[in-house]
Amino acid sequence: MTPLLSVENLSVGFGKDEAIVRDVNFSLNPGETLALVGESGSGKTVTCRAILRILPRNAQIRSGTITLHRDGQSLNLTSLGERQLRDVRGNQVSMIFQEPMRSLSPLHRIGNQVSEVLWLHRDASESNAKRQVLDTFERVGFPDPERAYRSYPFELSGGMRQRAMIAMAMVAKPDLLIADEPTTALDVTTQAQVLGLIKDLQRETGMGLILVTHDLGVVANTAEQVVVMHRGRVMESGPAEPLLRSPAHPYTKQLFNAAPSIPAEAKPAPPLQEDDLILQMKGVSKTYSMRSGSAWRSDTLIHACRGIDLNLPRGKTLAIVGESGSGKTTAARIALGAEAPDPGGQVLFRPDPNGAPITVHDMTRAQRTAFQRAAQMVFQDPYSSLSPRMRVLDALTEPLEIHGIGTRSERRERAAAMLQQVGLSGDMLQRYPHAFSGGQRQRLSIARAMMLNPSLIVCDEPTSALDVSVQEQILTLLEDIRDRMNLSYLFISHDLAVVARIADEVAVMRQGLVVEQAPPGTLFYNPKHPYTKALIAAQPTPDIDRPIDLRLVALGAGSPESWPDAFRFSQTVVPSLTELEPGHKVRCHV
Amino acid sequence: MLILRYAIYRFATMLLTLLVVSVMVFVIINLPPGDYLSNQIAELRASGQDAGVAKAEFLRKEYALDRQLWEQYMIWVGFMPGPNGFAGLVQGNFGWSFEFDRPVSEIVGESLWLTVLVNLAAVLFVYMVALPLGVLAAAKSKTWVDYTSAFVGYLGLATPNFLLALILFYYGHKYFDLPIGGLMDPAYEGQPMGWDKARSILIHLIVPTFVIGTSGASAMMQRLRANMLDELGKPYVETAIAKGMSPSRMLTKYPLRVAFNPFVADIGNLLPAMVSGSVLVSVVLGLQTIGPTLLTALKTQDQFLSAFVLMFVALLTLMGTMISDVLLVLLDPRIRYAGRDA
Repeated sequence: MTPLLSVENLSVGFGKDEAIVRDVNFSLNPGETLALVGESGSGKTVTCRAILRILPRNAQIRSGTITLHRDGQSLNLTSLGERQLRDVRGNQVSMIFQEPMRSLSPLHRIGNQVSEVLWLHRDASESNAKRQVLDTFERVGFPDPERAYRSYPFELSGGMRQRAMIAMAMVAKPDLLIADEPTTALDVTTQAQVLGLIKDLQRETGMGLILVTHDLGVVANTAEQVVVMHRGRVMESGPAEPLLRSPAHPYTKQLFNAAPSIPAEAKPAPPLQEDDLILQMKGVSKTYSMRSGSAWRSDTLIHACRGIDLNLPRGKTLAIVGESGSGKTTAARIALGAEAPDPGGQVLFRPDPNGAPITVHDMTRAQRTAFQRAAQMVFQDPYSSLSPRMRVLDALTEPLEIHGIGTRSERRERAAAMLQQVGLSGDMLQRYPHAFSGGQRQRLSIARAMMLNPSLIVCDEPTSALDVSVQEQILTLLEDIRDRMNLSYLFISHDLAVVARIADEVAVMRQGLVVEQAPPGTLFYNPKHPYTKALIAAQPTPDIDRPIDLRLVALGAGSPESWPDAFRFSQTVVPSLTELEPGHKVRCHV
Repeated sequence: MLILRYAIYRFATMLLTLLVVSVMVFVIINLPPGDYLSNQIAELRASGQDAGVAKAEFLRKEYALDRQLWEQYMIWVGFMPGPNGFAGLVQGNFGWSFEFDRPVSEIVGESLWLTVLVNLAAVLFVYMVALPLGVLAAAKSKTWVDYTSAFVGYLGLATPNFLLALILFYYGHKYFDLPIGGLMDPAYEGQPMGWDKARSILIHLIVPTFVIGTSGASAMMQRLRANMLDELGKPYVETAIAKGMSPSRMLTKYPLRVAFNPFVADIGNLLPAMVSGSVLVSVVLGLQTIGPTLLTALKTQDQFLSAFVLMFVALLTLMGTMISDVLLVLLDPRIRYAGRDA
């Protein structure tokens, strides 16, 4: 069989520098899915963009050929003229990008942007194009295609925007679809649904698919062929099943070991001892009102958190898991005192086991200073949470200066010691953050949080901006310092697999409510709530025998009104969180 | 429908702002001690010309300058009957210029429209030059096209307007036989508008438009280039290329639309900047615009004249911002939908 696309000896470089993609070879048969796997900097994105020659201006294809075979003809994409290449783009080969938020023009209606493909390649009339686009919209799962046609991108959710992107890529019925991290920016249940949609469409149309991803779980769920890349070279390639079952290359093995996953066979865990609580949230709610912008309509109330009761025992990790908009970050911000809960809610902090608790939102000045020393935060994005104009030394010693601790040289020594604690070297103090990689920066953030010797650290998605192997290292580091210094973590995450590893207790949130809460073992062994089940089912695992169960995802990921009677809740009627077995609470009507 | 409502709302706020501006203008003009007439009376007394004093006293009464400041204001705007009944701005009576001893409307008369004309021509020139050049410079960034346009642009920014005016004057006259100075052939001054007069004005407009517009155009070009470069790095540009669009169509449909917003928003700022910025140019080129008049009026505390000119500039600014706001709402759905639930 002639392959649909073959890439031979591809090398791509920027300017005069050494090539960043070297000698890449692969081929793809019609109707097949090829996964291009690698971490950031592996050259996977550059490789996939080289196919359509959508590269940054200073990048050139140094050598190699990319051939597209179609109807017995072969097109050499590397030597094709710009005008002919334009006929291929969007027509025979189309692309989907990572960020659906930014990949659509904010100023043009969705319908216009999608129809454009047909205007360009099919000379379709406006009404003709619209009919085809509406069909495609219906196929990709827009409940109201007419309305979507008229919408602007900012009126749609992330998942819907990515569906619009898919519609745009599919509307001209291409032979090959290149998807560059199509689901990375999406919530896990949305990711499962979008992946399912792409697979369905592929089955229907028989197109080839190149899926660029960093997530081995996604690979295991979609690919027939796998190409593993690292630093611009192919490490290992071949059919998915044997490669995933027994990776041969050490780098692939390393990727596998680093990939977090929900344990295949979880065992119920004993409930957590709750005698020495460092942090206690009692009946915490938070309501924001959104201005309606008109004097005639009343403001809309948004319940970010509703009646949250959480206990964090000293030295343990409590994880809050949920999708974007579930209220997990609001809960963390309230816990830190960055935001006040609605009246009636209370957050208690016990600095030492026998001391009296402090009410976080009603502190004296001295208590506040002490609390700020004892509770610290590690943020999600290590690139924007460090000032680019401050040396590492200044960033680390600033908290000590603010609290007036130590002399200059003492602070300096402490900063150097802390760098070693987080696995960096003490002589890096004079550098600026830009000299560090993402993982190293997150180490710096952790070091900064540790400078004041805190007892509680709130980690807000500390690894979600990092590569899997780096994520693994950071998680190990966090566990390590927690056990060494008896820290307690409030750990915010959207990723059940990460949480499975680090948490002692997991609270699953949806629409401001904790829907299920248990130690991770119990939760994965015996999930009760449909939403938890959906989250677990949607989590892609690198294990080829555990595919995503889309049926379970569809059951639980919808709106709470679609849940089975026992779990259903509305704005007014909310079932209470019931302890079904020791240490396992589920929000349901008993 | 939504836009009509917004336009009406914007117009109402504009009127309100204009009212506030009128208060401020009036107060500020009256801040320095004394006024034109009391200065004149003191001068006349000192030199013993009592006949003049009588006339000045008469004017003081006639224009209510002997009353409380707030009463003066109300009469000036026309909210309150003065010595001659309601006769203020609202009624179309702009007051009396003591310096020129003529009604303000007579002095300002034609130059008002010439000011608007010159500045509109300059604004058009700015957009017509800056738009294509800025887009071109961004699309071909770091090539000779970019460098050349940047060089010319910086030259335009760095050359003082009046110097440019003198240079253009000289060479324009020498090689293209362009007329020197003024906004029309002296023969047409004070004549009713006709075909020949319009033609004369158009030819006279060439040099001033160029002079007043050049620095604005080069500044705008550079900003448009920077904005475009920002937009060109955004993922939606990649999406458009991946669709198979040609570069020119892609550039104008997507990034230009987004990069264009600040320039629409600029219309409001451009107008007053040009009116006040072109005073010197008007003096050098002998343009009969309102700039030089304002200068004289402010120097001599000729209060009704200067207040009127300031109000006129404020009106231009407010109209400019109103136009740009309404245009923005038309152009950008994000602004249009901001008040509505997403």
